[in-house]
Amino acid sequence: MSGGATPAALAALLAALPDAVQEQVEFRGEATLVISPDRVLEVLAFLRDRAASRPAVLTDLTAVDRLPLEPRFEVVYLLTWYDPPARLRVKTRLPGADPQAESVTGLWPAANWLEREVYDLFGIRFRGHPDLTRILLPDDWEGHPLRKDYPLVEEPVEFVGRVPPVPSRAIPWVPQQGE
Amino acid sequence: MADQSRETLTINMGPQHPATHGVLRLVLELEGELIVGARPVIGYLHTGIEKEMETRTYHQNIVFPPRVEYLATMIEEVAYVQAVEKLLGITPPKRCQYIRVILMELSRIASHLVYLGSAGIDLNITSLWMYAFTPRERILDIFEATSGQRMMHGYMRVGGLQWDVPADFVPRVRAEMEELPRRLDEFEALLNDNLLWRGRLEGVAVLPAEEALRYGCTGPVLRGSGVNYDVRRAFPYSSYEEFQFDVPLGERGDAFDRYLVRMEEMRQSRRIILQALDRLPDGPVSVDDRKVVLPPRRELVRSMEAVIHQFKLVSEGLHPPRGEVYSAVESPRGEKGYYIVSDGSNRPARVHIRTPSLCNLQALPVMIYRGYMADVVVAIASTDIILGDVDR
Amino acid sequence: MGVEIPVPGRAVAGVSPEDVQLLERQVLTTRASRVIAWARKSSIWPVQFGLACCAIEMMSAAAARFDIARFGSELFRASPRQSDLMIVAGRVSQKMAPVLRHIYDQMLEPKWVLAMGDCASCGGVFNNYALVQGVDKVVPVDVYVAGCPPRPEALLFGLLQLQEKIARSGGRP
Repeated sequence: MSGGATPAALAALLAALPDAVQEQVEFRGEATLVISPDRVLEVLAFLRDRAASRPAVLTDLTAVDRLPLEPRFEVVYLLTWYDPPARLRVKTRLPGADPQAESVTGLWPAANWLEREVYDLFGIRFRGHPDLTRILLPDDWEGHPLRKDYPLVEEPVEFVGRVPPVPSRAIPWVPQQGE
Repeated sequence: MADQSRETLTINMGPQHPATHGVLRLVLELEGELIVGARPVIGYLHTGIEKEMETRTYHQNIVFPPRVEYLATMIEEVAYVQAVEKLLGITPPKRCQYIRVILMELSRIASHLVYLGSAGIDLNITSLWMYAFTPRERILDIFEATSGQRMMHGYMRVGGLQWDVPADFVPRVRAEMEELPRRLDEFEALLNDNLLWRGRLEGVAVLPAEEALRYGCTGPVLRGSGVNYDVRRAFPYSSYEEFQFDVPLGERGDAFDRYLVRMEEMRQSRRIILQALDRLPDGPVSVDDRKVVLPPRRELVRSMEAVIHQFKLVSEGLHPPRGEVYSAVESPRGEKGYYIVSDGSNRPARVHIRTPSLCNLQALPVMIYRGYMADVVVAIASTDIILGDVDR
Repeated sequence: MGVEIPVPGRAVAGVSPEDVQLLERQVLTTRASRVIAWARKSSIWPVQFGLACCAIEMMSAAAARFDIARFGSELFRASPRQSDLMIVAGRVSQKMAPVLRHIYDQMLEPKWVLAMGDCASCGGVFNNYALVQGVDKVVPVDVYVAGCPPRPEALLFGLLQLQEKIARSGGRP
């Protein structure tokens, strides 16, 4: 299966910036670090340049809405080293009210559209982004659809004599059984 | 020298355009015929798939992946199903993995044939399009015989497959692979030394390796620039480490190199398929875990437990543990990854699709800067983007 | 007094009934509207409006195996001004809907719309904020072809149904 912990880069990071890492999780062979929002740029710059012999590539930049938990938003960065192959996930948590993060377009131009997408769908602003505008939705759209409090906006379909439940109600949500 | 007016002409290409391979809008700034600025505008195919996947169970969600990358449907389904399997911590049986490899590589060949046909028809080589679609039609026939559908199969399941392949699957695929080299030779004979093809593609849409890495490009776009990164090699999945194949690389990073990379990838796919057919193991095609995979029908008449499992799985769905995973496959466009966050319930808390076409498209302005207007069409064709991938 | 034109069934001086019967067998008479309808339905040129997955099946329908050209759709024109039919092949997002209407408005009369696939007919698998639930909210649709995606044969059948519709309506949409 794909993925793999990154002992070399992770060890280098923990040696150089030990106080930057708030939390470290290993799950299914993948390593995830939680960093506080003000240290993210520093940590990512280190990981890109000084953690391994070749620079890391920003494979993915996305966000997760953890409503009703606080801090509500998580911005997730996925880094990949190609040679030797390794991956590392870096996360930072932002509050629900006026979430702002530092833009990493200076480190990787790939982040440009990825951050615009996060802004478009979640409403998280990135300081220092050259052009933070909507990318997937029309420019005059109101709201940020991937937030948990934004409805799916399903249109019920009327058949003759009945209106069946909308697709998301066909199988209701069932929380985790037991802990 | 007088200050000649450096007025640039801004023109709009798309979203309805024959050569944009979908609903892509390019706002181009031209100085004469040279492109001095390009701004892709995307979102015309945004479907809200990621939000939709948060409102369905893991099994119901299998419907959505093939509609994201609709040219490599088997690969996309495996990408999603594999991520859920990783989350659950289960591994499908060997037979299932080998069948997945065969179907994925057939999907890759089919996708590259569409690339070839589209690249040809953009340059008005209509016969190339007709020729390229013919073997693709036969591959789609194989998909139809296996899963029931030409395109949106829904054949992959969490923990296995929908059902085993039909009895004539192996000889049929083998017969297709016998045919394929003849056709690929035909295409290469038509194109490789063709003055017009080389003239239009060589030196056009050059992407240096450094830029490709900074923009997160993957797939033939990255390998055409000489960087050796293939997810099947770097992070092997579904038994790819057991197969021998080469990863073709380009040198100059122009459109012609990407074309050569894709042609060679089709041959390597054939190589993988033949190896998988020779060594296809027997056995079950789905994991034996009743909490993940539906029990076989004949058990339902004998075992009450099987009935309860079936009821739970169909009316509620499976419950993965809390956590997050990222699982990637090599799609014909690059690295396709699914990032799934689970909160323990029967629906994913977040599904994010890492699509290769988004990053490849971001690099397009770099490729066409100070190129000619006529080369934009070649550049877009050579990145081989799918707008469903870009916009989701 | 000019030449009297022989009318089928009526004898005219100098023209025998046998000559009239011969004429009936060799000359086709019909209404102008039928001829115009026949011409219009036999060469429907669609505008290239492939949006998503259905566009790939539309491409397969236009390729060598299913060959939409034998039903008259020889060319898919890029410009709406040169085409008769808009096959809306794929899902129409909220951002694309004004563009769809714009292209439709640019087409010249007589024009028809074929909604190909489930997403164009009714929103399909996707019932959410991002898509227009059925393209008939934006443009008037003549034929709906169901399927996700519809097989190329289904699209050809839809095209044939449209041709029959044109023949019945005498060439006017």
